[in-house]
Amino acid sequence: MEFLQPGSLVEALAAKAASPDAVPIAGGTDVMVELNFARRRPLVLLDLTRVPELAGWSLQDGRLRVGAGVTYAELTGERGGISGNGLGRGADGLGRAAGGLGPGAGGLRRLLPGLAMAARTVGSPQIRNRGTIGGNLGSASPAGDCHPSLLAAGAEVEVASARGTRVIPIDGFFTGVKRSAVAPDELIIAVWISPPSGPEQFAKIGTRNAMVIAVAAFGLALHPGRRLVGTGIGSAAPTPVRAREAETFVAAALDEAGLWDSRNALPESVVTEFGALVSAASRPIDDVRGTAAYRRHSLAVLARRTLAWAWSDYQRTGLAGRAGAVAEEAEEE
Amino acid sequence: MRVTATVNGVRHQADDVWPGESLLFVLRERMGLPGSKNACEQGECGSCTIYLDGIPVCACLVAAGQAQGRDIVTVEGLAGSDGSLHPVQQAFIEAGAVQCGFCTPGLLVAAHDLLARDPDPADADVREALAGNLCRCTGYEKILDAVRLAAARLRGSGVAVPAAPSPAAPSPTEASLAAPSPAEAGEA
Repeated sequence: MEFLQPGSLVEALAAKAASPDAVPIAGGTDVMVELNFARRRPLVLLDLTRVPELAGWSLQDGRLRVGAGVTYAELTGERGGISGNGLGRGADGLGRAAGGLGPGAGGLRRLLPGLAMAARTVGSPQIRNRGTIGGNLGSASPAGDCHPSLLAAGAEVEVASARGTRVIPIDGFFTGVKRSAVAPDELIIAVWISPPSGPEQFAKIGTRNAMVIAVAAFGLALHPGRRLVGTGIGSAAPTPVRAREAETFVAAALDEAGLWDSRNALPESVVTEFGALVSAASRPIDDVRGTAAYRRHSLAVLARRTLAWAWSDYQRTGLAGRAGAVAEEAEEE
Repeated sequence: MRVTATVNGVRHQADDVWPGESLLFVLRERMGLPGSKNACEQGECGSCTIYLDGIPVCACLVAAGQAQGRDIVTVEGLAGSDGSLHPVQQAFIEAGAVQCGFCTPGLLVAAHDLLARDPDPADADVREALAGNLCRCTGYEKILDAVRLAAARLRGSGVAVPAAPSPAAPSPTEASLAAPSPAEAGEA
């Protein structure tokens, strides 16, 4: 086995072009498990933790660009990241300086609350300190915790190769169980997300709060700016999927009753039907973590809850106040 | 493949490293530092928790080459250079938080990190910080006691200095964990 450690994106893309079978590794939370248990013996391991272009995040033309090497702990605001040269962290090697969040890490949590909620449910502190959003996408597990929130937010995935760069809409990214639209010579570079114009929510079912692969998960985003509702279902279909009929139904119901403007209470019938449509959009199976029937049932419950929570947030904060706050925070960074 | 890293303040080098092996394997089998324990090898149990550039991670999930040139602190690095235990270690002994001991190294690093960031954590914060460290012996209550005790002592001392606390009267636990006297060793 060969171990390649590129120090720049150009080097990394050249390496991937020369060895399309090379397995990219960042936080190692998926790849190392396969290596430790001899489930995988790649000829080339491509370490991406020293590619500075993959680290950190920025605001560009009003959109957030989150580098593929951003860790779950950076998304939640718990920690700084693993990518880059390791400077500026842990001066004494004992963690006292390691609270050192990357620039504006807390800001990322405030700007992308749905993704932060999802990242917070990943594994344990140790796992969140290593695992990355790019790795989550690269593994493309139907149970990947970021995916429902990325679907709900309408994110895009930037991938690159020696041939060039392209952007894949998130709802065209997942092509099968642990399969994605990333070509063999491509690397996931970043995720692009518009700062939300309304509240976001995420909920996940598991046997405990930590160290749990989702039995079912659901992400929801209200987009009052566009009068749309975004959804994402996790762990209940061969890939993470949107509940398109549920999105269309609830957006129409909100429009027809003038609720985006009035902010009045959501009719119970709308919430119930939304839950039923989300459940119907799933294609779950029975497995060791739960039955298909339980997943269908729990998805309806998660959908109803997250919609009620998000609507309650929307009623409380108001579109103008929230959008203003987001813009202010963006300027602070 | 050669891997060079600073471990517990000392520069270590390992040769003939297989690129697919974990940092945990390098530490235990090539650098003579068996404190970090190898249990699940999939990041579930936390027994191999170490600091990598100041951030607690599972050493079993770090590829050997990823540690090249990095700064690592293992459980062996928590005690003072004179061998005096860190207050977190002392508290684990006194509170009875150590039974079989296999999870202890990882819990010590995780607890050490928590108290470095938050000198006065609420119980819920302690549970969250230690959520990635499994213990099958203690039922966790004694571990929570130990973290509370260490936090109180560290706050009392002002800063999180890696020095041993003033020795209190040895508790039964402490006595039973102490090295046997030469006489006892001779009898055994």
